[in-house]
Amino acid sequence: MPSPKQIFDESFLTMRSKLIDIAANLDRIDRAADGELSDDPRRARIDEAIDILSAETSDADRAKRLQQLFSRPYDVKWRREFGL
Amino acid sequence: MDYIDPHIHMVSRITDDYETLARMGCVAISEPAFWAGFDRGTVDGFRDYFRQLVDVEPKRAAQYGIQHFCWLCINAKEAENVSLSREVIAMIPEFLDRPGVLGIGEIGLNKNTRNEAIIFLEHLQLAINYDQPILIHTPHLEDKYQGTRMILDMLEDDSRIDRSKVLVDHVEEHTIGEVLDRGFWAGMTLYPITKCTPARAADMIEKFGPERLMTNSAGDWGPSKPTAVPDLIFELRRRGHDESLIRKVVYENPIEFFSNSRNFNFKAREEGKTAV
Repeated sequence: MPSPKQIFDESFLTMRSKLIDIAANLDRIDRAADGELSDDPRRARIDEAIDILSAETSDADRAKRLQQLFSRPYDVKWRREFGL
Repeated sequence: MDYIDPHIHMVSRITDDYETLARMGCVAISEPAFWAGFDRGTVDGFRDYFRQLVDVEPKRAAQYGIQHFCWLCINAKEAENVSLSREVIAMIPEFLDRPGVLGIGEIGLNKNTRNEAIIFLEHLQLAINYDQPILIHTPHLEDKYQGTRMILDMLEDDSRIDRSKVLVDHVEEHTIGEVLDRGFWAGMTLYPITKCTPARAADMIEKFGPERLMTNSAGDWGPSKPTAVPDLIFELRRRGHDESLIRKVVYENPIEFFSNSRNFNFKAREEGKTAV
């Protein structure tokens, strides 16, 4: 199993590139001429996602937590609502 | 290394792709019935599509030494049309004894609607009636977690369902644990943007182990890479994993799961014999 440093060395440039892509996308949104995104809940989720990335975690579960953040909630009563 | 792609839509790929797959080590594929990019209008449209899966694609694949198997259903997206779905479900038994037909799939949910759930349940009943394995599509993106939980609920509601004969496909980080913990097979799909990458699939293999886990390209008419399984083989080798672990995920596990079907007449390459 590679060491954390080995994995980091291999993936640093890829992570850097993807983070710059995100930054550039956010800049592009800010520069766009029409309107704002202040009412779009997805924009706030992007900020939450960035918080998840930078938070400490002992479970190596950032990918799973981001997936959950961008998921519709599951309702255990769905069968009653569908009448099934 | 010989490998099997357990979920790829070759009906939407050109013949050159079969040659490329063969050169990359693919010895067999399994092709579930899927959405063609438009909603079909009649049951005869589906009958013709099934004929293409059962008769035409195996011949195209055989030109390059690849064994072709398929699954039949009306997919989750078109399942919103309940009356057409019921006609298709009634027609499927015409094909279930044909060589290479492995079972019912890829059934599932798309937007997690009531009609989709009704037709999913009717497909389950068909599979039980004819003792067929089941291949399941879980929804994309924000619908995946909710839809996967609903699918698992429906599977678990019916004690007649043999979990060793059910593959829940397109799992990702937030659904793989739910699927494996309940005793089903899980498939990871290496597909750009909407699904998984080889690196993330390798992470999940490392976290959960290779038991009841498969990987596929789901290559189709959209931007996709039919050679994605070799990409995963490469990634696992690069990380130093044993050939035995890699072979289990990309070759032995598909064979074990597909052997649930009486129509899985796969022939392994013989040692020392030159094939294509």
